[in-house]
Amino acid sequence: MEKETCTFSYCQRPEVIEIDTDLLIIGGGMAACGAAFEACRWATPKGLKVTMVDKAATDRSGAVAMGLSAINTYIGENKVEDYVRYVRADLMGIIREDLVFDLGRHVDNSVHMFEEWGLPIWKKSDDGWSLDGFQARDQGKPKLKDGGVPCRSGKWQIMINGESYKVIVAEAGKAALEYNRKALNIPQNHFERVFIVKLLKDAKEPNRVAGAIGFSVRENKAYLFKAKAILNASGGAVNVFRPRSTREGMGRAWYPVWNSGSGYYLGMTVGAEMTMMENRFVPARFKDGYGPVGAWFLFFKAKATDALGNDYTAKDTPEFQDAVKKYGKWADALGTAIRNHLMMEAMKQGRGPILMNTHTAMQELAKQMDPKRLKHLEAEAWEDFLDMCISQAGLWAANNVEPDKVPSEIMPTEPYLLGSHAGCAGFWVSGPGDIPGAPAEWFWGYNRMSTVNGLFMAGDIVGASGHKFSSGSHAEGRIAAKAAIAFILDNPGYTPTIAEDVNALFAEIYLPFELYEKYKTYSTDPRINPYYIKPDLYQARLQKIADEYFGGIGTWYMTSKTMIEEGLRKLQMLKEDAARLAAANLHELLRCWENYHRTLSLEAHARHILFREESRYPGYYYRGDFDFVDDNNWRVFVNSVYDPATDTFTLKKVPYVQIIPD
Amino acid sequence: MPSFVMVEKCDGCKAQDKTACQYICPNDLMALDREKMKAYNQEPEQCWECYNCVKICPQQAIEVRGYADFFPLGASVIPMRGQDAIMWTIKFRNGSIKRFKFPIRLTPEGYWNADTIYKDLPEPDYSKIKGPGYFNYEARKE
Repeated sequence: MEKETCTFSYCQRPEVIEIDTDLLIIGGGMAACGAAFEACRWATPKGLKVTMVDKAATDRSGAVAMGLSAINTYIGENKVEDYVRYVRADLMGIIREDLVFDLGRHVDNSVHMFEEWGLPIWKKSDDGWSLDGFQARDQGKPKLKDGGVPCRSGKWQIMINGESYKVIVAEAGKAALEYNRKALNIPQNHFERVFIVKLLKDAKEPNRVAGAIGFSVRENKAYLFKAKAILNASGGAVNVFRPRSTREGMGRAWYPVWNSGSGYYLGMTVGAEMTMMENRFVPARFKDGYGPVGAWFLFFKAKATDALGNDYTAKDTPEFQDAVKKYGKWADALGTAIRNHLMMEAMKQGRGPILMNTHTAMQELAKQMDPKRLKHLEAEAWEDFLDMCISQAGLWAANNVEPDKVPSEIMPTEPYLLGSHAGCAGFWVSGPGDIPGAPAEWFWGYNRMSTVNGLFMAGDIVGASGHKFSSGSHAEGRIAAKAAIAFILDNPGYTPTIAEDVNALFAEIYLPFELYEKYKTYSTDPRINPYYIKPDLYQARLQKIADEYFGGIGTWYMTSKTMIEEGLRKLQMLKEDAARLAAANLHELLRCWENYHRTLSLEAHARHILFREESRYPGYYYRGDFDFVDDNNWRVFVNSVYDPATDTFTLKKVPYVQIIPD
Repeated sequence: MPSFVMVEKCDGCKAQDKTACQYICPNDLMALDREKMKAYNQEPEQCWECYNCVKICPQQAIEVRGYADFFPLGASVIPMRGQDAIMWTIKFRNGSIKRFKFPIRLTPEGYWNADTIYKDLPEPDYSKIKGPGYFNYEARKE
C-alpha cells in the first residue's frame, strides 16, 4: 500500500510545547518516584532542573497503582550475598551479580523511607503473631529502621497494609519535584497525562540522547523535552501475548495492562543495548482473577497439589527427575520457572485442575489460635487480595468461595516481559564499578547508564537484574538518578541539540489521526475500512502472532526455530501495516503508540529466543528443538542492539561472570 | 471486572475542578459525556479493575461488574476509602456479607510537600556522588 504521511490536512495541528530541563524522568511508577526523590536533593543546590513526565496520574500510575499487600525485597537481617544467590537460582543462573548486589545493599533505605512517609508495615507482636499498621503503632512498636521486627512472609518479603502504597510514594516524589520547582522558580516540572513516544539523539554527539517527544492525551498539545540526561523508567510489556481471557477479561492481566513496552521501545530505538530479552515471566496465579499466591504459599503455608492431592513438585516423581535430566541443577533448585513446568506436566497428564489448598492451611492455623485471632487471620487473607487484586476477592464472592472451606484453582498466565519481578528482560547497563570481581567492562562511568550516553534505566527495563519488585524499583530509580546528576555535573558545557527534524516527528506522531480523518467516511461503519486498522484490532493481530508462534498459552509455551521464523515473517507484515494505524481521538492515539511500543518489544523477545539455542526457562517457554538447559554453551548473556535505520537486530553472546560463590 | 457508572448518582463532577474518575484512571478509560454530564468507561475490556475510579468518586457513583467472560452474577465488592483506613463490604452471590477495615496510611494525607520532604534529612555530600549510597544513606557493607 502507498505510504501515507501526515501534513495536518485532515486533522488539526497540535500546539507544540517545548520544555528545557536538566534531568528528564520518563514514567511515574515506583522507579520514577524514587528517581525524583533522590535527584531533586542532589540537583537543587546545583541549580539543576528535574522534570517528570507520566502518561497517567502519578498518585495511581505504574505497576503499584492498585496497591500491594507485601514488599517483596527487604534485606533486613539477611545478607546481601544471599539475596544475590536467591535471585541467581530463581532466574536459572544468569543475572548481573554486580547490579543485584548493588540493589541489595541499597534497598532497605527505600523501605525505611516508605515507613517514614506513612506506609503501614506489619510488625511482630511480643508473642510472635502479626500486628497491622494501626496495632503496631498503638502498641508503640518501633519502626524498621529503629529495630522494629517486620512480619516476614518469606525470607525476603514483609507484609504491609498497602492499599495506598503508591499514593504515599507518589506524594513524596511529587513533594521532591515541588522542592526543586520552588527553589529554581520553574513554572512546572511534573507533567501528567503526557505520553512520551520517542527519544531523540543529540545532533553533535552521535551516541548521546538529547530529548524526548510525546503528546498530551487530554488536549491537542505536543511536547518536546530537551534534557542533559534522561532516566527511562516507563515499564515492561503486557498484552503482547494473547491473554487467556479475550473479551472483557483481557484487562485482567496479572501485570498492569497499561505497561505497554514503552520502556523497551524508547531505549531500543536510540540503539541502547539490551540483554536477556528472551526472558519472560509466566506467573502461576489464582485462575482468571490472577490473584496473588505468594502470601498463601509463604505466609499461610498453603500447599498446591494436583486434583488428586499429589504434590506435583515432589522430588521423587518421574516428572521431577526428567526435569533434572533436561534442565540440570537449575531444576533441582525448584525455582519459579521449574515449579511452573511441573504444574504444566501435571495439567497435560489430565491431573488438573491444580489446587491451592487454602482450606487445609486455614484449618491448620485455626488450631493454633483463639477466635479473635482467627478473625484477624481471615481479614489478613482477604486483605491480600483487596490490597492488590480486588477482582480476585470479587471472583471468590461471585463463586461463593470461602477459602477456609474449599480450595481454589491456580494456573499459569499468559507471558509478560519485565525485569523487576521474577523476570529479567531489559537493557544492558553500567554497574556501580566498585563490586570486587565484576569485570571492568561492566562499568562505563555511571551506574545504570545504558550504552547510550546520558540515558539511564531503572525498574522493569533494567535487564539481568530481577527480583527487585516495588521496593527495589524505587531503590534503583534512586541509584540511577544520583548517577544521572553526577553525569550532568561532569558535562557542564553541554547543551542538547536535536538531530532530527522535529516537525517531521510530530507529523509521524499524529499520523493515525490524519489517516482516520482522511478515510473515515469511505465506509458506512468507520470500524471496517480497508485503508486503516484500529489499535484494538492491531493488538489482537499482534497477540495472535505472539501466542501461536512465539510460545504463548496456545502451544503450552512451546516454540522452535521454524515457528519463530514463520512468526517473524507475519510480524514483519504487521509492522508494515502499523503505518496504517488510525485513531479517532486522543485515547486511541495513545493506544496506537502503545502498540508500536509493544510490537518492537515483542520482536526483540522473539529474536532473543531464536538466538538462544536451549530452553533456559522451562515453565516460561520451551524451544522444542533444544529442549534442555546447556550450561556449557549458553550460561551466557544474550545481548542485542536494534538499528532503527535498517530495522535490524544484531545479537551476540556475552560471557557470564560469577561474583558471589555458590 | 469493568467499572460502570450509575446514571442516578454521577453528576459529572460539575462542582469540581476536574472529573475525578477521568483524572485518576491509570489506563485512561474513564471519559466524560459532556452532553449528558455523565462519566463512562470507554474501553471496558482494558479495565484492570484497580478500583481507583470507584475509590475516588465523590458521589459513590461507580461500582464494578465482574468480567462477563468468567464472573457469575450477583456479587459485589464495595470500598469506602477514608483518610487513614479503608472499609470493604463484600457481598457473595449467595447473599452473605463480609466486612473488613484496613489501615492505609499513618501520616496525614498531603503531609509531604516542598517544606517537609527533606526536613531533618542530611544535605547531599557531593564528594560521594560517584560512590554507593544515597544522600541520606550509606550502602550496606558485609
